[in-house]
Amino acid sequence: MLSRKAICDSHGQDSSYFNGWQEYENNPYDEVRNPTGIIQMGLAENQLSLDLVESWLASNPDVVGFKKNERSMFRELVLFQDYRGLPAFKNELVEFMAEIRGNKVKFDPNKLVLTAGSTSANETLMFCLAEPGEAFLLPTPYYPGFDRDLKWRTGVEIVPIHCSSWNHFKVTESALEEAYEQAQKLDLKVKGVLITNPSNPLGTTMSREELNHVISFAVDKEIHIVSDEIYSGTVFDSPSFISITEAAKNRNLENTDFWKHIHIVYSLSKDLGVPGFRVGMIYSNNETVIAAATKMSSFGLISSQTQYLLSNILADRKFTRNYMMENQKRLKKRQEMLVSGLENAGVWCLQSNAGLFCWVDMRELLESDTFEAEMELWKKILCEVGLNISPGSSFHCTEPGWFRVCFANMSKETLKLSMQRIKDFVDSIDQSKDNRNNLQFSVSNSRRRSLTKWVFQLSFFDREKDR
Amino acid sequence: MEFTNMNRQLLSKIATNDQHGENSPYFDGWKAYDKDPFHPTQNPNGVIQMGLAENQLSFDLIEGWIKKNPIASICTSEGVNKFMDIAIFQDYHGLPEFRNAIAKFMGRVRGGRVTYDPDRIVMSGGATGANELVMFCLADPGDAFLVPSPYYPAFARDLRWRTGVQLLPVICESSKYNFQITKAALEEEYEKAREANINVKGLIITNPSNPLGTTLDRDALKSLVSFVNEKKIHLVCDEIYAATVFSQPNFISISEIIEEMECDRNLFHIVYSLSKDMGLPGFRVGIVYSYNDDVVNCGRKMSSFGLVSTQTQHLLAAMLSDEEFVGRFLAESSKRLANRHQIFTKGLEQVGISCLKSNAGLFVWMDLRPLLKEATFEAEMVLWRVIINNVKLNVSPGSSFHCVEPGWFRVCFANMDDMTVDVALQRIRKFVRQGKEGEAPVKNKPWRKNLRLSFSSRIYDEAIMSPHMMSPHSPIPHSPVLVRART
Repeated sequence: MLSRKAICDSHGQDSSYFNGWQEYENNPYDEVRNPTGIIQMGLAENQLSLDLVESWLASNPDVVGFKKNERSMFRELVLFQDYRGLPAFKNELVEFMAEIRGNKVKFDPNKLVLTAGSTSANETLMFCLAEPGEAFLLPTPYYPGFDRDLKWRTGVEIVPIHCSSWNHFKVTESALEEAYEQAQKLDLKVKGVLITNPSNPLGTTMSREELNHVISFAVDKEIHIVSDEIYSGTVFDSPSFISITEAAKNRNLENTDFWKHIHIVYSLSKDLGVPGFRVGMIYSNNETVIAAATKMSSFGLISSQTQYLLSNILADRKFTRNYMMENQKRLKKRQEMLVSGLENAGVWCLQSNAGLFCWVDMRELLESDTFEAEMELWKKILCEVGLNISPGSSFHCTEPGWFRVCFANMSKETLKLSMQRIKDFVDSIDQSKDNRNNLQFSVSNSRRRSLTKWVFQLSFFDREKDR
Repeated sequence: MEFTNMNRQLLSKIATNDQHGENSPYFDGWKAYDKDPFHPTQNPNGVIQMGLAENQLSFDLIEGWIKKNPIASICTSEGVNKFMDIAIFQDYHGLPEFRNAIAKFMGRVRGGRVTYDPDRIVMSGGATGANELVMFCLADPGDAFLVPSPYYPAFARDLRWRTGVQLLPVICESSKYNFQITKAALEEEYEKAREANINVKGLIITNPSNPLGTTLDRDALKSLVSFVNEKKIHLVCDEIYAATVFSQPNFISISEIIEEMECDRNLFHIVYSLSKDMGLPGFRVGIVYSYNDDVVNCGRKMSSFGLVSTQTQHLLAAMLSDEEFVGRFLAESSKRLANRHQIFTKGLEQVGISCLKSNAGLFVWMDLRPLLKEATFEAEMVLWRVIINNVKLNVSPGSSFHCVEPGWFRVCFANMDDMTVDVALQRIRKFVRQGKEGEAPVKNKPWRKNLRLSFSSRIYDEAIMSPHMMSPHSPIPHSPVLVRART
């Protein structure tokens, strides 16, 4: 009766990533009304700096009445449905994007296609770059929503590039080659690599070395690179962000055919904290892609009202510069709070310098080194501890025990409370382990924790070299 | 567009084919308008845009409401305290108050004869997004939908391009049936498809009709319901022009019919939008309303690809909940459309041009068959280019709507002010009179009595066959304020 797409589950929403949200919806934490409810730590939202935008609005009444130079903008705006987008908005966006990249690269507004969120941007790019049944390679762990956005209605397949903790989940040449071979074994034609940089869920920026591996690989195989840079403005610590454009420029690829294989996805949902406004975009050096994507954007244009509002905010360059700086400061502080809170509970995170979350190592808390154990632990943390964190398996991580924990979508007090809950939980596990086993085991446990700490300190020094 | 070999291999077929439909001559008229747009003082001889089905007659009412209700905007001092909540809300269910307001509004538009369940409201990126979304839910690549012709040209893109669904036009003829769809025509097309082994998944209708401007009566709707029910195929009703009905007969929604008839409700789906009824195409408010739970669930997940900006949801939730305003708006909008329709059709009648009798929409379906040199589409194209290049009106030729009879043109009347309507009518009068002056006695030709025209060959020779070029979907690039920053 319905289409195959309607009946299948390729929308990916049966994954645990989304089930946790359901539990949260049923019992959401509220400081006053439901203090024992579940704290939402599975939502990568940036709520830390919206007050800055709010006060900008309060001080800029001109935007209010749609008035500009005493002429009413209203009529123009309600009628504006040109899929090329509001010119003023695109001009501001490219400036904003350049600022985020330290002005090391410049963007052309005519190469920018506006879409309803990066959800739509990613899907649209797949429609443009691949046929049903063809594949894109993605480093794991990756954002669960990609299973829906890249595959569901497009029929495109994802083949994972396996990354693991031994080298902090960095993309290696061999992992790229292995993924390619795997695709061939599955009889899937590879059309490109899609990277998320900074990474979700890792919270790290890709090193120049990694980017070069990806570029060399894509050049060699003559495939596309899609770089989802949605978190580019959330980089709060060194090493600084290197965009795919910058990396490719440094390889002198700017005037080559390969330049047209590079496409960027961006959005204001994370950097500016306005996911409700549905502002996404594709930036491509390929005119055919721009032409096709522009037409496809008809299926999800950005409300003209919103384009107008944001173009005015972004036009205030002083404001945006100040916003970015302040936002990054607040993110850094918040991340430090989460990291130290977890450390205090004896739990460690992957060293991160970006994003709205940490990639937390809870392998030691697993009953066994299996995904079943990860699910058990997750259910406990969700239902008994009352924290909706996201299990690594939902990000297609190959190693059980990793969890993504968000820190920018709640108040400081709530974060403190969640740290307390984790500490209590870990302590209780240790306690029960102590009770079950003899002293020797608990000593070796704490030895194991010290070892892990030592390993991560080492890894920190490794990262220093990447700057 | 030329595609290099590399592009062909590197990109998808969808990206490089022309199924988006923008290479159609339909867009040449827009190109002519883009190059030379009419302006009462700055360019009084420019091309008047009559190819754009927009409702610009009542935006003053909306603007007035917004000014009086600053709390509905998250940018005003009264409303800015809602900014954060609105900016972070991205739940694809939509703001509850928005869904409630839309459901109520849809009911009001149908005179309160139906009520809509807010939980069945699914958002989409305009009706464009809604139509595509419904196809993705109901049909697989290669499946087909029946569509009565003439139909909205962009259906070719919206329903087919990325979905891979086929469209099978059901011919509606003017002579016997005034372009109304008949059960016989449906049955014939359905059988033809079956014989060709094409899997027909449903029928899609636009009611009120674009381009006809007519509404379906109760019997017609009932026969459609029984047809799809019998064949167990879906019925998608695009009711985007529901509130543009300005005279009798009243609008009857498919929702009313399925309340009255025994049928499988899982087959029925409505597409709606605020772009025409409220004149807000820029806000991208599309709605899918399905009576099928699975379609609602699946559609809701798919709506992630085209949600309505919460800033807009918030504003419209407040506006559409203002019952007094909604009542006033619907009544006034209807009056203004009726008035404009009358001025325009009377003006055409005065020079012997008739239109299909219509009671809805933002356009008329104009009968220029008597002006054709011969009853062919080539002649229609020639006439069309004369109208664009000499008369300087961008009207839409019937062939672009897949009409099977040459000589019909869709002419929009609600996207301009009174003065521009006057200018357009003057130009038409002049054009018709010029044709009459060059008249030679004609014998045995089926001209209408009060309209005898022939054109000097000079005019035809001058008709420029401009090369097909792609034009944007909807051009408002000449707004001085909106383009000021363009590089």
